[in-house]
Amino acid sequence: MTSEAPPKPMRRKVAVDPRFAHYRGVWVFIENERGQVHPVSWELLGEGRKLANTLSVPLAGVVMGTPVERTRQICQETFHYGADLCYLAQSDVLTDYRNEPYTQCLTDLVNTYQPEILMLGASTLGRDLAGSVATTLATGLTADCTELAIDPESRCLAATRPTFGGSLLCTIMTQRHRPQMATVRPRVMAMPDPDVNRSGQIIEQAFAMPEATIITKVLEFIPDDMSGKPNLAFADIIVAGGRGLKRAENFQLVWDLAQLLGAEVGASRPVVQAGWVEPDRQVGQSGKTVRPKLYIAIGISGAVQHRVGMEGSDVIIAINNDPNAPIFDFAHYGIVGNAMQIVHALTEAFRVQLAQIRQAS
Amino acid sequence: MHSIVCIKQVPDSAQIRVHPVTNTIMRQGVPAIINPYDLFALEEALRLKDQLGGTVTVISMGPPQAEVALRQCLSYGADDAILISDRAFAGADTLATSFALAAALNKIRQNMPIDVIFTGKQTIDGDTAQVGPGVAKRLGYQLLTYVSKIVNLDVTQREIMVERRAEGGVQKLKTRLPCLITMLEGTNEMRFGEMADMFRAARYNVKVWDRLAAGIDDLEKVGLKGSPTVVGKVFAPKPRSQHAEIIEVHDHDPRNLAETLLAKLFTQHPKIAQELAKRAQL
Ligand SMILES: Cc1cc2nc3c(=O)[nH]c(=O)nc-3n(C[C@H](O)[C@H](O)[C@@H](O)COP(=O)(O)OP(=O)(O)OC[C@H]3O[C@@H](n4cnc5c(N)ncnc54)[C@H](O)[C@@H]3O)c2cc1C
Ligand SMILES: Cc1cc2nc3c(=O)[nH]c(=O)nc-3n(C[C@H](O)[C@H](O)[C@H](O)COP(=O)(O)OP(=O)(O)OC[C@H]3O[C@@H](n4cnc5c(N)ncnc54)[C@H](O)[C@@H]3O)c2cc1C
Repeated sequence: MTSEAPPKPMRRKVAVDPRFAHYRGVWVFIENERGQVHPVSWELLGEGRKLANTLSVPLAGVVMGTPVERTRQICQETFHYGADLCYLAQSDVLTDYRNEPYTQCLTDLVNTYQPEILMLGASTLGRDLAGSVATTLATGLTADCTELAIDPESRCLAATRPTFGGSLLCTIMTQRHRPQMATVRPRVMAMPDPDVNRSGQIIEQAFAMPEATIITKVLEFIPDDMSGKPNLAFADIIVAGGRGLKRAENFQLVWDLAQLLGAEVGASRPVVQAGWVEPDRQVGQSGKTVRPKLYIAIGISGAVQHRVGMEGSDVIIAINNDPNAPIFDFAHYGIVGNAMQIVHALTEAFRVQLAQIRQAS
Repeated sequence: MHSIVCIKQVPDSAQIRVHPVTNTIMRQGVPAIINPYDLFALEEALRLKDQLGGTVTVISMGPPQAEVALRQCLSYGADDAILISDRAFAGADTLATSFALAAALNKIRQNMPIDVIFTGKQTIDGDTAQVGPGVAKRLGYQLLTYVSKIVNLDVTQREIMVERRAEGGVQKLKTRLPCLITMLEGTNEMRFGEMADMFRAARYNVKVWDRLAAGIDDLEKVGLKGSPTVVGKVFAPKPRSQHAEIIEVHDHDPRNLAETLLAKLFTQHPKIAQELAKRAQL
């Protein structure tokens, strides 16, 4: 039952069900608030483009929001990021995110146009909305996928996500319901390059839900004060430490190297749980997903839950005293040795060599 | 005031080990715990009871052993506990889980109307955060996810005001009861149970409902049959096309190792070298 995990693999062979023949197209919900599009939506369009190409079907963005010019502009941007068409619903009741009108509007759109795949970002908004829409439509929803592909046999969405507790992944499919729904966390997929010359067709959907019928009211929105908060998701350079550092004091080695490089500091979950660094710095499945140009992992074993949060990094350097640590399976460069000796030497080597490069240029 | 708290029993992830050769999870002997996120939900419900009086009912869908988790909730001060357990529930995904839970909650509210349902933010095993929204939709309750604070709750006016974590800020929302709240972690701290509650919990007869007691007669909606998501294969992540290039030097001297690594890095990735040189705080 519920606590038995991971679920047992099952092999069910299915041909494309004729009931689903008219469910066509890949959709991405474009999350936008106060005129800002959440980057995860563009990342999903990039991924959706590949899925749509494999299926030879159109890729569509779904934009919902307040009736202002900016909302319509967002549709143009979905074309730049790869959409062929864009569904647009504008209404005053869609100004701030609220579960009820958003669920209603997205459910209506799905029922009207019947896409085969619907993807949302696994943000607080996306998870709130995806869970509600999937239940209303009585279809399957795979959470926090790290890989999306089309199963050639069944044309189904094969959505891969980590299984808990171990170094394993599982592939989940929704074979007998449509649409197939999935959420993906920010930064898991690469950001596509926008092409401003692309354009597409906007399909407007009327949405007439009177404010008086909506029970939940937004009284206020208090934006976060981001000053001084780490922003790992968009950091270019990250130095991260794990349990291999043994003690809180030794974590200073990570800070020293990060400071020299002008890098953000990241950490594995045990380090956060031990209180060595603040939770905002956790990298991995239940922390942040990052895609820096350089990720230096110090005393981190490379468990799959950590890996899914950082394997999109351009270059990964790992320092670990165990030559068999899984992190060496996917890092680019490795040093096998004691972090307590190597990190300090590395910091000094960076200091010397970067000074030389700077002088030379 | 009647609050429900949904809890799930999960394996203690901190104690899970993976078999180094077969890469499978070694489950034997891993203790089961209350999903840690659910304790924030329970504590919040107990606080409401402290303030307003009333009843806190805990409910879980799971195998018979999940009774232990419910008993633990009673020892913290919950009043009643219901386990819904039936072979037919096995293999449930979130859609089937929310169906079974909602059916049982419908039964409960026939006897005692529900004001607020609490769930955790997510579990540490399935980790989907989908069950809360699912239950709310099925019952037609207002859904308030990622709630960090209950600002005000007025049972007679049937009104509640909360702060919820949204993208990039905090939303202050007002809505009507009944509602379903998924509680954000770190928002409160679980109390120590009182002696009297611990004794009561030890003797308490946790109600166990099978599918019929939970009001479910449609077998197509529960367990594996009622689950649209199908787990196809479980596998170990592929290593990158090649194993990391391990830097080695004859004398094993850390300084030498570091310099060799950087020489490699900077020649093979000149862009990274430039970027670092630009930003370094030398
Ligand atoms: C590795 C793995 C991956 C999975 N992936 C998916 C997936 O992508 N999609 C999918 O639909 N299912 C998935 N499942 C199945 C799903 O996890 C469970 O079957 C479902 O019963 C509970 O979902 P959850 O654990 O994600 O709970 P969440 O939705 O994360 O739980 C939120 C809250 O709901 C309450 N709750 C959850 N379960 C119960 C319960 N049994 N009794 C009482 N209250 C409960 C708790 O308060 C909890 O804090 C997966 C399971 C595993 C083990
Ligand atoms: C649902 C779920 C979600 C999770 N989410 C996350 C997440 O978001 N992020 C995350 O990181 N983890 C997460 N985990 C935990 C994850 O499974 C691992 O337990 C964790 O990543 C291990 O952290 P670590 O590498 O720091 O510690 P360990 O696995 O203990 O590894 C320590 C490493 O340090 C090395 N070492 C020891 N001494 C030295 C030394 N002197 N010098 C150099 N190296 C040394 C060891 O060889 C070892 O490889 C999650 C787990 C679950 C079940």
